[in-house]
Amino acid sequence: MQQVFKRPISLKDVQTHFCPGCHHGTIHRLVAEALDEFGVQGRTIGVASVGCSVFLYGYFDIDVVEAPHGRASAVATGVKRARPDNFVFTYQGDGDLAAIGTAEIIHAANRGEDITVIFVNNTTYGMTGGQMAPTTLVGQKTSTSPYGRNQHKDGAPIRMAELLAQLEGVAFSARVAVNNPKNIIDAKRQFKKAFRYQVEGKGFSFIEALSACPTNWGMNAIAANERVGSEMADYFKLGVFKNTDNM
Amino acid sequence: MAKIVIDEIRCKGCGLCTLACHGKLLSLSEKINIQGYTPAAITFPEKCTGCALCAEMCPDVAITVFK
Repeated sequence: MQQVFKRPISLKDVQTHFCPGCHHGTIHRLVAEALDEFGVQGRTIGVASVGCSVFLYGYFDIDVVEAPHGRASAVATGVKRARPDNFVFTYQGDGDLAAIGTAEIIHAANRGEDITVIFVNNTTYGMTGGQMAPTTLVGQKTSTSPYGRNQHKDGAPIRMAELLAQLEGVAFSARVAVNNPKNIIDAKRQFKKAFRYQVEGKGFSFIEALSACPTNWGMNAIAANERVGSEMADYFKLGVFKNTDNM
Repeated sequence: MAKIVIDEIRCKGCGLCTLACHGKLLSLSEKINIQGYTPAAITFPEKCTGCALCAEMCPDVAITVFK
């Protein structure tokens, strides 16, 4: 018998702090598999953000810089410019990238920095206790929108993948989900495409991954997983929004 | 002949693997692991085809597949 599924080499064999059913673990694995695929583990510098993704350095067997809240793409810009031969990616949540770090991500994307940004969208601030994020769906109850998000007062959720795809500097922008095996296999393909852009020096690549947050949504893992495929994927359409190379 | 090995210590009992298995061979067991969760277990191991979809779905990389 041969082993047909094993842990990627770039992913440390440790227990994660993620809640049961949290999709961060799956997204971590897909990133690690893509790193293995391109054989860049030894020259990769990850940039971690603030949020549940903060322990990136504990889970990936690569070098990691911890950025201040929202500033991961600005930090990654500096890292990549100082060390252009290294593979540089950021891993940020929606509270980090789409709220506190909006200026940083838009300008890094617009400059067309040769980095890869992985954006995990779970429609809430996970680590700090489930507050409303710019990506929170209309009507969604969070600890700071107890009656549900009100579009007139709070605006509609931001679609980052589409927004960034409009910028000249962006080479690749896609949205994926990891709520069922089909989507996971598709996500795997998109992660590899995004990484290839940087490996070949073709510019800024962006991947938004829809993720469940069972704890802050007040659901069990199965129901939260179901919500990703229904309510979330309804508003945040999956797909590739920009692919300059048509790979 | 295929086989899966579930790391009962790592498993957090989220049950996402039970959704992925076409043969509905996976379910959560009654026993409690060291983390306080009820880990997944395979009911009819001889029926496993080794498709590895459960392992793809597992957020904790707690499943290894042999074929």
